Amino acid sequence: MPGKLKAKIVAGRHLPVMDRASDLTDAFVEVKFGNTTFKTDVYPKSLNPQWNSEWFKFEVDDEDLQDEPLQITVLDHDTYSANDAIGKVYIDIDPLLCTEAASIISGWFPIYDTIHGIRGEINVLVKVELFNDLNRFRQSSCGVKFFCTTSIPRGYRAATVHGFLEELVVNEDPEYQWIDRIRTPRASNEARQRLISLMSGELQRKIGLKVLEMGGNAVVGYLQCFDLEGESGLVVRAIGTACSLEKLSSGSILNTHTHPNTAPASNACNSPSKDGKEPVFGEDLPSSSGPPTPFRALPTSSSPPPPFSPSKPCSRQSSSSDTDLSLTPKTGMGSGGSAGKEAGPLKTLLRQQTQTALEQRGASSSGLLFNARQEFPFFTLTSFPPAFLLHVGGVVNARSVKLLDRIHNPALGNTRSYKLLDWNSVTADEPETRDAWWEEIRQEIKSHAKALGCHAVVGYSESTSICEEVCILSASGTAAILNPRYMREGCLDIGSTDHRFEEPSPPTCGFCHIPYDELNMPFPAQLTYCYHCRRQKVPDVLFTTIDLPAEAAVTGKGCLIQARLCRLKKKAQGEVNATAISNLLPFMEYELHTQLMNKLKLRSMNALFGLRIQISVGENMLLGLASATGVYLTALPAPGGIQIAGKTPGDPSNEQHLLTIQKRINEATAKNKELYQINPPKLFALDPEVFCGTNMELTEEGVGSPIPEPRQRSRLFRSHSESSDEISELDLSHGKKDAFVLEIDDTDAVEDIHSLLTDANPPRGFYSCNTETMPGIYNWTSGIQMFTSVRILRLNNTNLTNQGLNKIFTDLCENLLKSFYFKLRSMIPCCLCHLNFTVAVPEEELIQVAVTAVAMTFDKDQTQEKLAEKLIPKGGSDTDEQLQFPMELCADSSTINSQPSSKISGVPESTNISSRAASVDYGSFADRCSTWLELLRLKAHTIRRGSVKTSRRTQSLAHSVSSLEHSSPLPDGRSRSLRSSRSFGGSTVTVVKMTPLSFLPGTRIIKYLGIINMFFIRETTSLREEGGVSGFLHSFIAEVFAMVRAHVAALGGNAVVSYSMQDCVLMENPNKNQAQCLINVSGDAVICVRESDQDSLASTTTIGHSCSSTTDVTT
Amino acid sequence: MSVELDVFVGNTTIMDEEVYQLWLDGYTVIDAVKVRREGGVLDECEANADVVLSDTMDQYRTFQMCERLLHSPPKLANQLLFQITPHRQTILIERYYAFDDAFVREVLGKKLSKGTKKDLDDISAKTTVTLKSCRRQFDNFKRVFKVVEELKGPLVENIRHHFLLSDKLAKDYAAIVFFANNRFETGKRKLQYLTFQDFAICAGQLINNWTVGAVGPDSFVDNMVEDMDVDLDKEFLQELKELKILITDKDLLDQHKSLVCTALRGKTKAFNEMEANFKNLSRGLVNIAAKLTNTKDVRDFFIDLVEKFIEPCRSDRWTAADMKLYLTHYTNSVHILDTFKHQVVWDRYMGVIKSCIFKMYHD
Repeated sequence: MPGKLKAKIVAGRHLPVMDRASDLTDAFVEVKFGNTTFKTDVYPKSLNPQWNSEWFKFEVDDEDLQDEPLQITVLDHDTYSANDAIGKVYIDIDPLLCTEAASIISGWFPIYDTIHGIRGEINVLVKVELFNDLNRFRQSSCGVKFFCTTSIPRGYRAATVHGFLEELVVNEDPEYQWIDRIRTPRASNEARQRLISLMSGELQRKIGLKVLEMGGNAVVGYLQCFDLEGESGLVVRAIGTACSLEKLSSGSILNTHTHPNTAPASNACNSPSKDGKEPVFGEDLPSSSGPPTPFRALPTSSSPPPPFSPSKPCSRQSSSSDTDLSLTPKTGMGSGGSAGKEAGPLKTLLRQQTQTALEQRGASSSGLLFNARQEFPFFTLTSFPPAFLLHVGGVVNARSVKLLDRIHNPALGNTRSYKLLDWNSVTADEPETRDAWWEEIRQEIKSHAKALGCHAVVGYSESTSICEEVCILSASGTAAILNPRYMREGCLDIGSTDHRFEEPSPPTCGFCHIPYDELNMPFPAQLTYCYHCRRQKVPDVLFTTIDLPAEAAVTGKGCLIQARLCRLKKKAQGEVNATAISNLLPFMEYELHTQLMNKLKLRSMNALFGLRIQISVGENMLLGLASATGVYLTALPAPGGIQIAGKTPGDPSNEQHLLTIQKRINEATAKNKELYQINPPKLFALDPEVFCGTNMELTEEGVGSPIPEPRQRSRLFRSHSESSDEISELDLSHGKKDAFVLEIDDTDAVEDIHSLLTDANPPRGFYSCNTETMPGIYNWTSGIQMFTSVRILRLNNTNLTNQGLNKIFTDLCENLLKSFYFKLRSMIPCCLCHLNFTVAVPEEELIQVAVTAVAMTFDKDQTQEKLAEKLIPKGGSDTDEQLQFPMELCADSSTINSQPSSKISGVPESTNISSRAASVDYGSFADRCSTWLELLRLKAHTIRRGSVKTSRRTQSLAHSVSSLEHSSPLPDGRSRSLRSSRSFGGSTVTVVKMTPLSFLPGTRIIKYLGIINMFFIRETTSLREEGGVSGFLHSFIAEVFAMVRAHVAALGGNAVVSYSMQDCVLMENPNKNQAQCLINVSGDAVICVRESDQDSLASTTTIGHSCSSTTDVTT
Repeated sequence: MSVELDVFVGNTTIMDEEVYQLWLDGYTVIDAVKVRREGGVLDECEANADVVLSDTMDQYRTFQMCERLLHSPPKLANQLLFQITPHRQTILIERYYAFDDAFVREVLGKKLSKGTKKDLDDISAKTTVTLKSCRRQFDNFKRVFKVVEELKGPLVENIRHHFLLSDKLAKDYAAIVFFANNRFETGKRKLQYLTFQDFAICAGQLINNWTVGAVGPDSFVDNMVEDMDVDLDKEFLQELKELKILITDKDLLDQHKSLVCTALRGKTKAFNEMEANFKNLSRGLVNIAAKLTNTKDVRDFFIDLVEKFIEPCRSDRWTAADMKLYLTHYTNSVHILDTFKHQVVWDRYMGVIKSCIFKMYHD
């Protein structure tokens, strides 16, 4: 008996009138958990019933606690006929299972009905008493913390990052069961909602178990998706990154919350890591001239292994196209594409690869433990602690087209009970499984990363697009080399910033340095010496799926760059259809990539972050949308302009035409440069002393690429040879860097150029990006507005061309952006952050675009001081920790050798940034500190600097505070009880802010209350009466927001961070006056306080602590 | 190609005050877009016509969804569907319950019934307020009327509490409710020159002095008499009959006249007219008082004031100052009449009459 769940129904309000005669309602409530149901008394004749029930107690297994939601049904009592349901509330009690999260759920919840929407509210109290469970073979994973946030949550420190987690569960979709023909739409919707709630609960529990197995205590970057495969079933899958997190706020580094499992392991690993430090230290510092290979950075022992030579460095495996069609016939196993060719049983293949990977890395490499432990070194994180990310290779991408088959599910003979079935447990001779599909794709991603000389994939995500029986599975990420320190367990005594001493390249540019071997490049690329440190090679462009590292040096501001593409396809069935799609995919990826590259050049930028390429399939077309945030990385060479070349030179009219286009392009480029403030620093301005070690010409032109470059840039050639999955910066690195030539040889090209120039820049006062924050803006004020917008376009014209479609699609996206700017114009100056576009083809003639983003205001006056502000990372909320933490170390750890060195390469460099010009070489700074004497001297220096920095920080805070509008103060247990006792007059509603980002500007998160993961269905049979399909969806989205806010408020929170809408599936039938919509949202519920409220902060943390300690006692 | 669906939902509900006003004024989406474009909205943020149309439709939808909540404003603060800042909530409510003077002038004193509602299209045509806006305003009046009808306690306070309106607006609604309840005639041609604000101030005077609640909280311990501010004080109306002695007793009338004339002599150019008309005017005012026990005559209160007092004075070209002077002395002189015993009733009556006539005496 591991847990007791207690629920109390307090009151209802604003109930609908259920009895026409009296205009009143006789309401009562059913509380259900698992198979146990309790009922309250009927509260007669009231729209604001006060049940004030007893505590209903459920004694349950913690496994059930994790899987099941608490189900509250409000009904209208009817003496003569059946009781009418008013609506339901599902409460996920997972947050109560973790001692660090919420301790009680208490508040007003909207009563939701899938047909009528929100119908009044109900006040509920829920508590959980957990008993200690000593059973080692338990099935539950209570206590594992889940975060949607794709970075290390604020206020926590990652002791170890264990690695990739994935799980999926499969079931039949109740909507497609035979019983659906005889039951009401409401019953069907509720069955579906409940099933998905159960499935996601189970999924979360299983992921949690994996985390415990790995020795972690948390999942970061948790992403859960649904695949509604129609007839063939319902798949709920999730990926995430297992971590061991430690709380920072308590002050002590060794917190009590590490999982017991990690303790012994960490001790075991402690000593080797310490041993590893000293030799590295002695060896790395003297290195002066000659650019070291990236691998010098790795803390390997005295004999560094050869710079990561992949077994087949140049075999690009272009044949192993992701688009390999693997059909799943009803019988037998048709393993798809290349993977199938290479080896039959996938598992063996995997094992082999893992082994070789290990061998390559050399036995001496003490790090990279994660590789031994897991098959896929993937990380769903998009931003990392400083020094975590060493090098970035580029985007890796894989897609696969599959035919859906009915999921065979022997356990599901009886459709009444939704017994969950874990696909993994199905015996091997079952037909091909979803699991194997994904494994295949991940395998491919991994091999791509390897080809780029990288051992890890970061910013990893997976998605699907389903149309009828065809399904496109996609995965993408960024190949990278990570600092192995984080991978290893037991580096508990190392602060989050003290790795830099091992890293000869400064963090401002280090991640741009190529991870692959420049002599054995996996693709033709143009390399130059880093414009920042001059010591290592960088590519001319860099594409990534991650957020811009906080410490990266950027020139000017960034902007949203989108590539949009429509391709018509013939309607077909089955294999023919799948083949057609997989044939189209490489062309689409290539086109998208070309567009991205052109648009990037047009804006004079050289890197893309947060790249997300989405390809959606419809019956008669494919939609492609690539979104990313363009930036000018100071470390990378300046992009050359775009040159137009005609195919037929000599034709005078044509020449004239070309000239005008060229002129327009040049003008646009110049305008963009000004708009985004891209003025690359003149390298002459550098302190010559810094460069005494490197004997190089410092002129921009002088630093040419020393690599003989293959100058093939035929587009046709590329699109044929290129495997679309390997879309990355490599693809378009052709051509010489200062003349990116666009050849106008046909109408397509004209169209391309035209679309290139039609993209409007945001109006004055606006910026936009799809990453967490805008590169180049650091002084956010507290005004935020999160929004979701959906637009569907009907293509009435049946004989559209590709170009016509492209234009329509581009206009759709551009108009959406314009609408946002217009609607949010009162917030100027402001930036639209995390613009997340999702495209779909819901029906034959429809194109759907859904966008979720947040508009954030910033202080325009301070933008000039961006250099000074640079050290204050975007969120600000965790900055305190990061700054204070090293300072503490510095003060009391002077006896430990490694600490002072960390200070030297860490803090002085950052102070330099603020005091000098942008592009000073800090890397060589460390070189000069070669003696201990200097180190110690610098340490003292550092402390002084630290205090200076703090003062400046408070100053900037004062700035932002002055421009704060009101911010909601935190609610806590006490205020909540106050609230619930008040009834009429005065608002009882807590303001809950929502944002897709991991932080709220101007505030700091003091507590994570748990994950919010909700799934809703709404259906109507009176579409016209609800204002048409727009009215229907508008109110549904508003209702979803309301329910999310209510759940967060009930947990005691006042904000949702990392909010996202994974799914928004709308089906309509206007002729029948019907519509149905499914929405899935997720996020992290948090308590945040204004950064200025230091007092309340102190008090609330103590409250939080006392709360958790009391719950500790009770458990 | 057509836009099948287009929605934008903010976590904090976005509302443009200009669009809200257009919506309240009953503009259709198309007309509202036109007005906005003419207002130069296209110059902001490089917008185009589609953007403005889409924004207007979104906002209209939001307002429509909010309308249900606005019908009982306290719900707006407690509902969960829309996250609206308290400041915005106040604006939403205040604007929703605001009304056009031209419209309210038409329905003031009429029964808020279905019959009147049917005439709204005529009123709309006459006042150039759109029918939609007329309906909203009419329904607001009716809703407030219905809610406060059954409530105890002070009228203005009740309106303010149940509809969260500002003091000013609550007082105006009190006037509307008061007029509707007593069915005062305001539509006659002779009354056309009076604005709603004239009537509202008069209503305020009547509510504060002539109703059951006006006697003061001292006499009603719990202050909880139903309709205390809506119905006129019956006892008081009975007592008003006693004032008749001022015109029926010849001595008293002469004495009163001489007192007033003595006081006025030499202070105004209209003295001669005042002296000549004194008996007529006094009869007019006292007769109004004496007849107020009849519901029918209560309805004609304002028309009587105009016919019996204001019009004669106006034809004699009294200035507003003359009027003030005259009424002050007319009222005060009664205090010196030893044989007149109804000083309290007289003051209660004349206090209101004075203020009403001051307010109503203009062109």
